[in-house]
Amino acid sequence: MADKHRVDEPTGTEFVGHEWDGIEELNTPLPRWWLWTFYATIAWAAVYVVLYPAWPMVEKATDGVLGWSSRGELAEEMANAEIARQDVFERIAATDITKLSADPELLGQAISGGASAFKQHCVQCHGAGAAGYEQYGYPNLNDDDWIWGGDLAALEYTLTHGIRWEGSDQTRVNYMPAFQGVFDKVQIDAVTAHVLSLSGKGQSTPMGAELYEQNCAACHQPNGEGDPLQGAPALNDAIWLYGDSEASIRQQIALPRHGVMPGWSDKLDPVTIKMLAAYVHSRGGGQEQEVEEAPEVSEDGAETVAAAEGAEDNGQL
Amino acid sequence: MVNSDQLERPTDQRSKWERALDKTGSAKKPAEQGHSSLYEKRKSVHNKRIDGPFRRFKWLVMIVTLTIYYVTPWLRWDRGPYAPDQAVLIDLANRRFYMFDIEIWPHEFYFVAGLLIMAGIGLFLVTSAVGRAWCGYACPQTVWTDLFQHIDRFIDGDRNARMRLDKAPWGAAKTARRVSKWGVYLLISLVTGGAWILYFADAPTLLVEFFQGEASPVAYMTVAVLTGTTFWLGGFMREQVCIYMCPWPRIQAAMLDEKSLLVTYKDWRGEQRGSLKKAQKNPDKYGDCVDCRECVAVCPTGIDIREGQQIGCITCGLCIDACDRVMKDIGRPRGLIDYATLDQCEAEAAGAAPTPAWKALLRPRTFVYFGIWGAIGAGLLFALGTRTHTDLTVSPDRNPPFMLMKDGSVRNAFTLRLRNMEARPRDMEIALSDLPAGSVMWTDRIGREDAAASQVISVPANETRIVRAYVTVPIGTEPDAFSFELTSLDEQRERDIERTTFTLPGAN
Repeated sequence: MADKHRVDEPTGTEFVGHEWDGIEELNTPLPRWWLWTFYATIAWAAVYVVLYPAWPMVEKATDGVLGWSSRGELAEEMANAEIARQDVFERIAATDITKLSADPELLGQAISGGASAFKQHCVQCHGAGAAGYEQYGYPNLNDDDWIWGGDLAALEYTLTHGIRWEGSDQTRVNYMPAFQGVFDKVQIDAVTAHVLSLSGKGQSTPMGAELYEQNCAACHQPNGEGDPLQGAPALNDAIWLYGDSEASIRQQIALPRHGVMPGWSDKLDPVTIKMLAAYVHSRGGGQEQEVEEAPEVSEDGAETVAAAEGAEDNGQL
Repeated sequence: MVNSDQLERPTDQRSKWERALDKTGSAKKPAEQGHSSLYEKRKSVHNKRIDGPFRRFKWLVMIVTLTIYYVTPWLRWDRGPYAPDQAVLIDLANRRFYMFDIEIWPHEFYFVAGLLIMAGIGLFLVTSAVGRAWCGYACPQTVWTDLFQHIDRFIDGDRNARMRLDKAPWGAAKTARRVSKWGVYLLISLVTGGAWILYFADAPTLLVEFFQGEASPVAYMTVAVLTGTTFWLGGFMREQVCIYMCPWPRIQAAMLDEKSLLVTYKDWRGEQRGSLKKAQKNPDKYGDCVDCRECVAVCPTGIDIREGQQIGCITCGLCIDACDRVMKDIGRPRGLIDYATLDQCEAEAAGAAPTPAWKALLRPRTFVYFGIWGAIGAGLLFALGTRTHTDLTVSPDRNPPFMLMKDGSVRNAFTLRLRNMEARPRDMEIALSDLPAGSVMWTDRIGREDAAASQVISVPANETRIVRAYVTVPIGTEPDAFSFELTSLDEQRERDIERTTFTLPGAN
């Protein structure tokens, strides 16, 4: 390093004193503030390490004096979002479901809220597109066939109390009797043929028509249009909960399957249930409200159901 | 580590080459020449006041650019009740950019991209024609540095007074001057940082909120950061930004060629330099440069233009003003330092008559750049003039792709996006076309009982409305491709036709 102060003649710049295969480094000094900037970044790092999570330990990283965490930040954001939604929630809570469509803006917000709640609670059975699964008897919610009624109030009731659900004594419940043992094979075939003929598939027989009239028409109605009040599905349309094959219909007569839908009154708040009803109703098959007065749902069970059904009856008259 | 040479002459304005040469030849003080540091102490630039055409042009550019920057957010522009009345507004929350009569939506970001491309081509154009004109006149770093240097001059006096004050020990007088100067810096920085946020919200409202402590944290953070950077970069870092931080000088240097206008010292005319006395005694030996160092004294980046092109030269032309004045005083023609191309310099050195600088602009490269730049600009203007303020997009449901209805008919669902770019609510008609007669549609809001072959949907001002539309075709028909046709129900009757497909069972 003896030639440290040697100077490169063409540029007049001092050599640093390093040489690699004859190539030498010239000293073009860096501004001193640059060096201070470098020290400042080190100081920043030191402060950061104290304030924020930094050193990885066995279980987790050090917490940092500020106590910041990305999880905590998310929780705070979620809480803020909750507060921001509060107003809409209160307005939906104060609005009767049958009056929801009178306020298009609120209805829109309810549909959006319902769409996200649907993704969380309903898609497991009904599918992401709400198209259901025929092989399991999970109904399609996009069509216009509703076993228990498809207006907003009926949907809200079904969502609240479920179908054949133990959790509510106001649940929608019916049990179609099994005809295995009551009918012989020939009779079951005849009824099956008659049921198919109701929607224009195949020919009925006098025996089938008679057996249907005696055993089925009370609930499913003579023309097969069904009865939403009893939860008796329509048999004269193109939509079949368990499929439209002859085998499936025969099985349903012999040993009917009875699906269960849980009510959501114990897991979801009434506002979310209302929003879900609005969403399902908006899927393209929702029915117009048939009664102006929504069925009152009060504390005491069976009586109210009867009253509600009475009200609907009145509405239909 | 400050070497003795710098200690002795702390305000040495010479370049490091010169100083290095001094040191070399420096047999002067070999004993004192210690280990030279890898780091260099910053040498303050105290540029001298000068007047002249370039200085006046710089004033003009400064006044125009600063006025635009500070005043623009306060301009109003009536857009009716459904849109903000601020002339220039970048509404990030609602994703709209307003500029007088133009409103840009996020999907029209190509306008912004086009402007950026124009800025890029414009840079090529300006640089190839007049060198680093951006650096010298219009760059914010240059403008605010210039402003702060005027404040220095106003509070501390001109070059010599400032150099004296720099060297003076700290006392009451110096402290008072420094504090008042930094106070003014801070005030300007605050106004500068504050003006920035006004572009992003309604300026009068935000200003009140800002002082009431009700503005959003991001507003305070932005003001703090921009105030800090203005104060630090304009008040203290100044030419260091140009020389060490900014990539621009490096990029621009690559775009210059021998036909670009540069601030040039005409050495064939100036050398051998010597004092006026020496030159008068021995006119044959000496050139026009009287080595008065005025060009160095006025330079805002503290360089010596006589050393030729260098990264520190922002081509502001102040040395031209200074030199011309001296040439006038000693009775020599102006332009010893002047805007000239390297080609012109060579020709002049070889004895040709000086060419007017503007002739350097007339060459294919500038015309090609200008042509490209103008074509892009014309294209953008055309796109702006012919864009429609309505749009329809259609996406068919994929889950489920079709739906069987009770009566056996088939239904498809579509998500429609109806865009209304006018600042007023509009009714739009959506009609089905190319579907069999009897096909109907309804939506998530219009119930099936009101299903029809067309529906009227009202779209709020300045919004895109998303509608789920349901379409059924009569039983037995087998439609395939069809269209949704949108027509705005106003005097414009803007139309958009979107083609899509009707999916039937078994069509998967």
